[in-house]
Amino acid sequence: MKKIILLAVLVASGAKAQTAYHHDKHEDADIPDHVMDHEKLFTMGKLDQLEVREEDSDALKGDLWFGGNRDKLWLKGEWEREDGETENAELQALYSRAVAPFWDLQMGLRHDFRLEDGPSKNWAAIGFQGLAPYFFEVDAALFVGEGGDSAMRLEAEYELLFTQRLILSPEIELDFYGQNDPATNTGSGLSDMEAGLRLRYEITRQFAPYIGVHYEKKFGEAASFARADAESVSDTTWVIGLRAWF
Amino acid sequence: MKKPNNGRIQLPQLSRRTFVTGLAAGAVTGAAASALALPSGLRAASPRPEPRQVVQTLRGNHFDLGIDYTRVNFTGRERQATTVNGSLPAPILRWKEGQKVTLNVTNNLAHDSSIHWHGLILPTNMDGVPGLSFNGIPPGETYRYEFEVQQSGTYWYHSHSGFQEQTGLYGAIVIDPAEPDPVAYDREYVVLLSDWSDESPLEIYGHLKKESHYYNFRRRTVGDLWSDIREKGVARTFRERGMWNRMRMSDTDISDVTGYTYTYLMNGQTPDDNWTALFKRGEKVRLRFINAAAMTIFDVRIPGLKMTVVASDGQNVEPVTVDEFRIGVAETYDVIVEPADDRAYTLFTQGIDRTGFARGTLTPDLGLSAEVPAMDYAPVLTHRDMGMGHGDHGSPRDRGAPAPHTGHRPAASSGEMHGGMDHSQHGGMGSMDHSQHGDMGNMDHSQHGSMNSMDHSQHSPGSDTNYSPYGGRGNLGGMQGVWFTEDLGRAGHGSNKPIVHLPSEFAYTVDMRAEQPMDGLNDPGIGLRDHQQRHGRRVLTYGDLRNLTPTIDRREPERELQLHLTGNMHRYVWSMDGIQFNDAEPLMLKYGERIRITLVNDTMMTHPIHLHGMWSELETGDGNRIPRKHTILVQPAAKISYLVTADAYGRWAYHCHLLFHMPGMFREVRVV
Repeated sequence: MKKIILLAVLVASGAKAQTAYHHDKHEDADIPDHVMDHEKLFTMGKLDQLEVREEDSDALKGDLWFGGNRDKLWLKGEWEREDGETENAELQALYSRAVAPFWDLQMGLRHDFRLEDGPSKNWAAIGFQGLAPYFFEVDAALFVGEGGDSAMRLEAEYELLFTQRLILSPEIELDFYGQNDPATNTGSGLSDMEAGLRLRYEITRQFAPYIGVHYEKKFGEAASFARADAESVSDTTWVIGLRAWF
Repeated sequence: MKKPNNGRIQLPQLSRRTFVTGLAAGAVTGAAASALALPSGLRAASPRPEPRQVVQTLRGNHFDLGIDYTRVNFTGRERQATTVNGSLPAPILRWKEGQKVTLNVTNNLAHDSSIHWHGLILPTNMDGVPGLSFNGIPPGETYRYEFEVQQSGTYWYHSHSGFQEQTGLYGAIVIDPAEPDPVAYDREYVVLLSDWSDESPLEIYGHLKKESHYYNFRRRTVGDLWSDIREKGVARTFRERGMWNRMRMSDTDISDVTGYTYTYLMNGQTPDDNWTALFKRGEKVRLRFINAAAMTIFDVRIPGLKMTVVASDGQNVEPVTVDEFRIGVAETYDVIVEPADDRAYTLFTQGIDRTGFARGTLTPDLGLSAEVPAMDYAPVLTHRDMGMGHGDHGSPRDRGAPAPHTGHRPAASSGEMHGGMDHSQHGGMGSMDHSQHGDMGNMDHSQHGSMNSMDHSQHSPGSDTNYSPYGGRGNLGGMQGVWFTEDLGRAGHGSNKPIVHLPSEFAYTVDMRAEQPMDGLNDPGIGLRDHQQRHGRRVLTYGDLRNLTPTIDRREPERELQLHLTGNMHRYVWSMDGIQFNDAEPLMLKYGERIRITLVNDTMMTHPIHLHGMWSELETGDGNRIPRKHTILVQPAAKISYLVTADAYGRWAYHCHLLFHMPGMFREVRVV
């Protein structure tokens, strides 16, 4: 396990070193001196969801990447608060490499932050992110955790344009686990599903407030754990939020 | 050379041999018109408090040019431009064929700069491409360009550093012929088109890299889907949309950067400012159109006037009279108009995507202006623009006539060739293969392998698909892609070779490969194909161009390079043969040889491809009258061929002239 993590870290840092080398050539220049002899590196930060939900809940989901056409260092973060308590917080640090016209191979580490009763947890992560036919944005990843735990996550998102600025975006996320873990309220097999429908208005491309509805459901053992804690197994909430990037 | 930043006319430092004319009216270049002046009343009528400066003409053979930052205001917001002698566009340089010109270019910017003389035949160290011709001009330094002017006509100059071209560093060059001009005219104007953005070019580039549809506000909506379903039914709509959905491409992606951020300029003036030029009824007026835009291809017309095209890319062509023509980025066209009436005419130059236009007025009287027409419908790409074949199954919005195939390349010719010549080809290739295997080991195998497998789908059995990565010149080095050496067909008549997609095209950099590219020669291009039927307008095509004088180099091509223009719109990555400039080796040419280049456009964008240092002799069907160009517009999913005589030693740039395609869609051509 440690070897996998070490490998992932090495690959990620190697990619970073490589991209940093290109960058140094024009460190202090905001415009490359000649356009043709190198690749310009960019940084993109994206707040996919920054939202307030009903029942004293909030959520934050975003990405930050740095790199060039093929190689990027990619951070993904997620944080959810329900009924005033942090329910879930994680950060992934990935090396991303373009391997097909519409697909990136991503690998690295995922860290689940320690919550009030549970432990923190590290995972090695490997996955594909990209654009599937029919314009579905897909992120599929496998995780191998300390002690041999395993997990899989599938995310898909679509965009439906009512106008050039009013955009409805359905999305779904499925979390699978290889084991039952009462500490994190996750169960073997399909454990959690989240689905959302968000209607945003792009005031500019980079700044779009939205309203929407968010649905969560737990399955199998995960549902049993929730019932044992007297928590709801499924939940539907209205959300209001902001999508923005730079 | 400190300049006040008020955008007014700045006099350059005059050397003894430099003369300044045309200070008064917009870009007046003819002696006949140099006395023209705009009355102050017209200026006061301009919506802007400070009228934009008028472009100067610098004459002579010794020039001092200073590259500076200048404050400009095209949109109501003040921005910083990069300019030559404080002028946007840069001063018109007027030279004389056969004379030696000296240009001292001083860089007053904080970054390296350069000037490239676009379309000029000159030594490689005078070409102004940093990294190839020289090291660029560092801040505070002066570079002396000195060369013999060997040609005449309309050209232009621009920075080849960074994205400075987007921020204003471009100007016109007019070269008077040594012999009497075969084109008769009473008056002439430079009409230089460009695109201005208040966003910095790096911001624009970043937006495209992060969200490639950033500037496209014509994406398909639920409403479009609904009207398609009502018109065609669910099944047919699903079928027609299926291809786009599976390929993950947008049929409204015409220009990467649109009128959302661009203000289109004519001689540095916005449509509201209305650049104005005078004529007298009955005069022949020569308009020298130059597309100096960073990313915008324009369609030019003057409602009420026929235009007679007399030169393309500076070179005289047999006159051809049209109502409309498309001018790719970096191309130039000279046209003659003869206004018969005492009325004003609008020079209307709309962007290829119809998100905006530049406009000016040709008038006998400064008080007059003409109606500004509405823009034409916005083109929508169809299946044929994907290279899926010639049937038009696309959107009703651009259901143009299929490109005429009555061109000068008889369809039968490739068939005829294949039959009789197969034997000699195999023989020839056999001996060549050995030398290649020696040099290039396993690379060869993979290419031949993949080629054989692809062959069958594209061409009838027995076709001549033999190619090599060196084209019989393995000793030149470089990894060069698809070269054919046998039975190339006659000069002037284009390629008869099959389409070969190299393994390097099957990479993350490439989202499409045209399996059956169209003929790019007789096609007016997207959005113009039905203008004849719809509006009765005659639109120029490349097939109309014949050189005015006989072809100089009468040799047949010895080798043919098939080069594919490739890209990935979603990632906003551009390349040739799937290989970006950073990873590409130079294309090696042997001094003196005559080759054919066939460009195959494996994208759905129209790319203007510019070869430095040597002419691109476009094969329009007449070997005796091959027109010479410096920039060739390649239609989406189309192919086009031209001949190149490698008569200039050294390292030359070869690239797409769309500024934000340039970082990747770029090769070095080295003549040794």
